[in-house]
Amino acid sequence: MAQRNYVRLTHPLVREGSGFRRASWDEALDRAAAGIAANVERHGPDAFGMFSCARATNEMNYVAQKFVRQVIGTNNVDSCNRTCHAPSVAGLSAAFGSGGGTSSYQEVEDTDLIVMWGSSAREAHPIFFHHVLKAIRNGARVFAIDPRRTGTARWADRWLGLDVGTDIALANAVGREIIHAGLVNEAFVDRATTGFPEYAASVEPWTLDAAERVTGVPAGAIRELAHAYAKAERAQLCWTLGITEHHNATDNVRALINLALLTGHVGRYGSGLSPLRGQNNVQGGGDMGAIPDRLPGFQDLLDPLVRTKFETAYGRGIQPRKGLNLTDMLAAMGDGTLTTAYCIGENPAQSEADAPHTIERLRRLDHLVVQDIFLTRTAELAHVVLPATAAWCETEGTVTNSERRVQRVRKALDPPGEARDDIAIMCELARRLGHDWHYDDAETIWDELRELSPIHAGMTYKRLEELHGIQWPCFSETEIEPPYMHARLWETDPEARGAPAPFAVLRHDPPVDLLDDAYPLRLTTGRRLDSYNTGVQSGGFASPLRRGENVELSPEDAQRLGLAAGDRARISSRRGAVVAPVYVDPALRPGLVFMTMHFPDEVDTNSLTIEATDPIAGTAEYKATAVRVEKVGS
Amino acid sequence: MDLRFRDAEPTDAERAAVDGLLGPPTSAWDGGGRDAIRFAAGGHGARERRDLLLPALHAVNDRVGWISEGALGYVCRRLTVAPAEAYGVATFYAMFSMTARPERIVHVCTDLACQAAGADDLCRSLEDSGAPWHPSPCLGLCERAPAALELKAGDPPRTAVLAPATAEAVAGGAAPEEPPAQEAVPQAGDPGLVLLRRIGVADPASLDAYRANGGYQALRRALALGPAEVIREVTDAGLVGRGGAAFPTGRKWQATAQQPDHPHYLVCNADESEPGTFKDRVLMEGDPYALIEAMTIAGYATGCARGYVYLRGEYPRALRRLEHAIARARERGLLGDDVLGHGVAFDIEVRRGAGAYICGEETAIFNSIEGYRGEPRSKPPFPVEKGLFGKPTVVNNVETLVNVLPILTGGAQAYAGSGTEGSPGTKLFCLSGTVRRPGIYELPFGATLRELLTLAGGVPEGRTLRAVLLGGAAGSFVGPDELDVPLTFEGTRAAGTTLGSGVVLALDDTVDLGGILLRIAAFFRDESCGQCVPCRVGTVRQEEALRRLTGRVGAANGADGADVALLREVGTAMRDASICGLGQTAWNAVESAIDRLGVFTGEGA
Repeated sequence: MAQRNYVRLTHPLVREGSGFRRASWDEALDRAAAGIAANVERHGPDAFGMFSCARATNEMNYVAQKFVRQVIGTNNVDSCNRTCHAPSVAGLSAAFGSGGGTSSYQEVEDTDLIVMWGSSAREAHPIFFHHVLKAIRNGARVFAIDPRRTGTARWADRWLGLDVGTDIALANAVGREIIHAGLVNEAFVDRATTGFPEYAASVEPWTLDAAERVTGVPAGAIRELAHAYAKAERAQLCWTLGITEHHNATDNVRALINLALLTGHVGRYGSGLSPLRGQNNVQGGGDMGAIPDRLPGFQDLLDPLVRTKFETAYGRGIQPRKGLNLTDMLAAMGDGTLTTAYCIGENPAQSEADAPHTIERLRRLDHLVVQDIFLTRTAELAHVVLPATAAWCETEGTVTNSERRVQRVRKALDPPGEARDDIAIMCELARRLGHDWHYDDAETIWDELRELSPIHAGMTYKRLEELHGIQWPCFSETEIEPPYMHARLWETDPEARGAPAPFAVLRHDPPVDLLDDAYPLRLTTGRRLDSYNTGVQSGGFASPLRRGENVELSPEDAQRLGLAAGDRARISSRRGAVVAPVYVDPALRPGLVFMTMHFPDEVDTNSLTIEATDPIAGTAEYKATAVRVEKVGS
Repeated sequence: MDLRFRDAEPTDAERAAVDGLLGPPTSAWDGGGRDAIRFAAGGHGARERRDLLLPALHAVNDRVGWISEGALGYVCRRLTVAPAEAYGVATFYAMFSMTARPERIVHVCTDLACQAAGADDLCRSLEDSGAPWHPSPCLGLCERAPAALELKAGDPPRTAVLAPATAEAVAGGAAPEEPPAQEAVPQAGDPGLVLLRRIGVADPASLDAYRANGGYQALRRALALGPAEVIREVTDAGLVGRGGAAFPTGRKWQATAQQPDHPHYLVCNADESEPGTFKDRVLMEGDPYALIEAMTIAGYATGCARGYVYLRGEYPRALRRLEHAIARARERGLLGDDVLGHGVAFDIEVRRGAGAYICGEETAIFNSIEGYRGEPRSKPPFPVEKGLFGKPTVVNNVETLVNVLPILTGGAQAYAGSGTEGSPGTKLFCLSGTVRRPGIYELPFGATLRELLTLAGGVPEGRTLRAVLLGGAAGSFVGPDELDVPLTFEGTRAAGTTLGSGVVLALDDTVDLGGILLRIAAFFRDESCGQCVPCRVGTVRQEEALRRLTGRVGAANGADGADVALLREVGTAMRDASICGLGQTAWNAVESAIDRLGVFTGEGA
């Protein structure tokens, strides 16, 4: 099937038989509300689930979680951060009590060493990489750690081509080498951490040679990384989905955090930990509480004092337990306990691992409302489709980037046709569900959030405008906090220092999808420069670089399999099979295969991937699939 | 870096040539085998070797005679250079070919002195010979015109000088033995010589012979004086640059020495490419240790631990002699970390040009050494502030540097007492064309052009002097009635001409003056780097107008003076608006031919 060229939705649609028919707003909203109400009445509030949108504004995400908690009365709300950086949030929260990256972009430019771990930022985060390029120009050294020799790796001073899923082994070996070389920052470890002896004991088996055997990276290169990182005066440790899209992703994140704790590369200007976020507001979506375990301002749902504050504000009790995350919600659809869903700007039918399985689950829903700007694959499964606005140009509000900087978004265009603002649509539904919601403008919502979220309290729209964005935390309207977080860890006064950061004892656990004779190749997935995720947003734009979906093979594997560039090959995993043209890429080593999920209508890569998820964060192991590649007879 | 390569692979010979220079690759990613595939070193370390791009291109060209796409790609992988950029560098230089050509190629000089000596006839006779040759700008062999240079790629590559060249020799006949350097110095052995005193007297290969003839006395004195006093001596002596611009050397040294930024670099400009100039070649071939000693003194005085000799690619014998001499000096502790046991570090590296006149421009040298296209930089910043690799750099011509030796051995006062007040010391002149004894002559500043021509034996019998070109293609013509002009910087300036690099090309009345002008115009058009518009366009327009005026194409519309007026307008634009000396001087010779010799104005041609 050819890749679709999406056109904007301009009027509501309601299901009629196997298709859709155009409906008025009133009819569509009535039907959407009635279906939700009926399901909640019949099965209780936990039969409802909300997929919120990481590309929409903070205000929209705030209202979405409020809809879930106040109107419905559940905590079942999540967004695509589950498929990317939920493990980063979980890992950073566990170590520091806060889930954001610890540094700002300017610090990347001013640092001495940048470690890009599992991040092809050159292709996937081209804007962030500009800061890296400036750093390189300023003299910073770069280490790239990635199974593929990516664009990032080609800019790096050193590239370590580890095996997929051996990050903990590599990190533990780096940690051991730092300890054995006497390069531990003892002042920091003594003052600001706990659990060092246990950590030191746990990494002891990871000699350089042992790590070389497991990771494939030469021992000398591991040693060089350890020494460079420990000796750098300032160092940034950056990661992306190469760390987080694994079944043990939170452990991966903790393994990297251990290294920062060991060397004191956190809580100082220029030294820090930076997960690079993908969607423009994936940080803000979580900050706004559009996740099942946190309330707005990243406040802990399990804290009774926090809950009381929100219960008072919302006039309704909040369930004292975490809701279902995106992965759990899909599972609950499968076993019939979640019967209605409200999906805003998300496309789980194509973005989730094991796509056919996901579609089957979505089909089981009694009532699915999809609110989007395009008729996505997920929308095609809906009972009601509500046409919405493009946040970046058709709404007012704010978004939060990877360096925790909240910035204003301004409306430049009216939405096409009858499309309506996301928040206005939710207000209409809330009113139909018995809550008389009215918001005059985005600023009113933002001010409501500021009342409830201490870390956003000082960010008035006026200040956001004057200062070109403000990084959280921002507690007061008169002051600005330092650009980096956790400076408290360096305080000598234990009171000011607060809770120490714990080391984590971690076990190397190879990918779930094991290689064997039937599935001997390791498929890893990622992105290309000119395409975005499932292609819904980027497919409409022409690019001279785009060549559609390919299966990328090393020259050795291609030769062994009798495949040449352009040949069609069948790629099979234990879950499914797809056919794609071959592209031979010398940046791959033998045994490693690469694909993207940019063209799911041509080649549904996620019908191959495994839904082995991280038990803490729920992220699936997109990065490691066992596959077989065969030539398709012509 | 974001590098895109096509599929072309290097041959074993090309790979070996590059590895010989850069060492073996460390991984699959910089061109090594696919067995080392889990690790790569690159980034800053690789990009810092960018200055090895030109030597790597030479290595390939020397080995196989041309640079294939596979070879270029391999060099790029090794040095982390984008192939398109490396292609831009390789094609900047005339001595490289990006298309296949035979291992043996002969460069036949068609420039001024050789043209005056019948290069056109030689080329005509080669047209049908099938011999692999192509025309070349001045090879710096003007005393033996017409000249040719034979290059034979291989391991090792071979070179031979054919001068005077014959069609048989170019076609592949045995090359005659190259005469020793002193053959180019008719005054050789004259005790009055200063700069040329050792040529023909001391064996240029022998460090002992150099020392036995006064070598390394100057360095010893310099080390005794200390850097500041050395600079004072050079300043007091009144030494000015011999490359053409006549800038006071002491001031340049002082300005570099006092720069707080480090390291400082010394660059010896040995890219002697001004048509008709061959004095530096004779100095380097005949007395190489003198240049090494002089550079050591300059480096010591200005705080440089490293000096580069940027030698033009057409001087294979000078290259051999210099490299031999540098190795000897290093063996004897005269170069290295501890020069003469005084704790002074200084060493020299020779970098070869590859056929680009513009690389004699002081900032173009920097770009060329750094591995970029040899395009001049805008000034300021001046080299003394930001020169080679962006660091304070002192650039001196070979002849200028060699003058430092008599200043230190004889003292500033004695030196300042020779020559004239405005131009102290002696000067080397490159006599060629219609004189009885062409070659390099050394005279104290102040001698007249007539005295110099007389020393060279004058015009052969039966010939009449028509014109003398002073300063080369960038210089200007004087007529036979102007022979009493004193050969000093101030004297020539007052007479509206220039000493330039010391070229004195005598032309008799049998020479086609229009043809010479056309050759000058073609030279500038060919050598313009194309970076700035006045020069890129102006040199083309100038050549076109001259073609019409000399009746070679189109109707000669010189009758109404339109083309002469056009030449003046284009020339003024080039002189006023070009960013470097090439464009600024590209019209000098033509202008002087019109104004002083009456060419194209009805009086001459």
